[in-house]
Amino acid sequence: MNDKKTDIQDVELAVSRWLRIGVILSAVVILIGLILLFITGTSGYPGNTYPHSLSDIFNGAIELKSYAVITVGLILLILTPVLRVAISIWVFMREGDKLYMGITTIVLLILIVSFVLGKA
Amino acid sequence: MIIFSLQILLISILAGIVGSVLGLGGGIIVTPALTLLFGVSIEHAIGASIISVIATSSGSAIAYIRDRITNLRVGMFLEIATTIGAITGAFIGGIIAPNLLYIIFGLLLIYSAVNMIKKKKGDQQEQIEMHPAAQKLKLQGSYYDKAIKENISYNVGNVYGGFGVMYGAGIISGLLGIGSGSFKVMAMDVFMKLPLKVSTATSNFMMGVTGAASAGVYLLRGDIDPHIAGPVALGVLAGATLGAQIMQRLKSKTIRMLFIPVLVYVAIQMIVQGMGLSK
Repeated sequence: MNDKKTDIQDVELAVSRWLRIGVILSAVVILIGLILLFITGTSGYPGNTYPHSLSDIFNGAIELKSYAVITVGLILLILTPVLRVAISIWVFMREGDKLYMGITTIVLLILIVSFVLGKA
Repeated sequence: MIIFSLQILLISILAGIVGSVLGLGGGIIVTPALTLLFGVSIEHAIGASIISVIATSSGSAIAYIRDRITNLRVGMFLEIATTIGAITGAFIGGIIAPNLLYIIFGLLLIYSAVNMIKKKKGDQQEQIEMHPAAQKLKLQGSYYDKAIKENISYNVGNVYGGFGVMYGAGIISGLLGIGSGSFKVMAMDVFMKLPLKVSTATSNFMMGVTGAASAGVYLLRGDIDPHIAGPVALGVLAGATLGAQIMQRLKSKTIRMLFIPVLVYVAIQMIVQGMGLSK
């Protein structure tokens, strides 16, 4: 029983730790983007438009266009829950919990499918 | 420009606190605040609110998971239902008119509020039989309640009912860009008989995952405006981190009491807007 408790606690601690890293990283990038926006006073894009294809976003971010940098931060934020699921699979696997490894893998696959469907 | 962003940031901090305490995801405040106070279009407000849902989830989950309030197994299992539902909803969304969205949103909230009022009286956790499926899935758990300074062990009931409601919650979340946390909390609290705090924390956990499924779709479609969603993300992250600490020290009854007026207030505003009575 004690062993079991430690197992799920391991999962929890690992997920919590990685989540914090993802959250801080995305917040920092969004903040940099907003500061760029205020300093330069321009979004880097004409009128009310903003980039929404992945290549435009990343090219814009490299050129330090403020809207693109913010969007990269938002993408990192969107990825934190996905990361959370991926880390869980890895920890469940390490602990030999096949049932939850399977369940969590299905969740990750559905997430990936939804990204692909959204792009189409 | 800075003032506009700061105002959104402040509203978002509040949304993050409320969302993380009540398991609601913050979309419940962000969507109406952006449309009603800032005149943002419903499409962009929904885009920003899905960001707020993810920010609430990730911001609060750091503490909820570490402190073992979140039931990871329940969350992961039910996640299958919500993610499939979210995909369904995101694609129906392009077909339905915005006014109708307001009204659907409002009616759904009233429905949740009525359910909460019915449950308000009982605070004591009922001792329930372990559902056979719950046994197989090892869903039972325990957590330390900081408000009453007690370790709470719990069983899990009606797994199939909860799973069904979760699919519905997923559709709503994809459709409206909200975490549909009220439905998730309801599925766990009412159907599966989990303690309220476990329900709200697990709801928060799940909303992020479900939200990520929809957010990819919204982002690439161009519904997420960085000028709005950026401050929303930062504010909500800060608020949710704070809210996760506050919630653990509140009594379950208090959380339930806070839940109801928020639901009713937002519901009425959305319905009025949807019928075109305001403006």
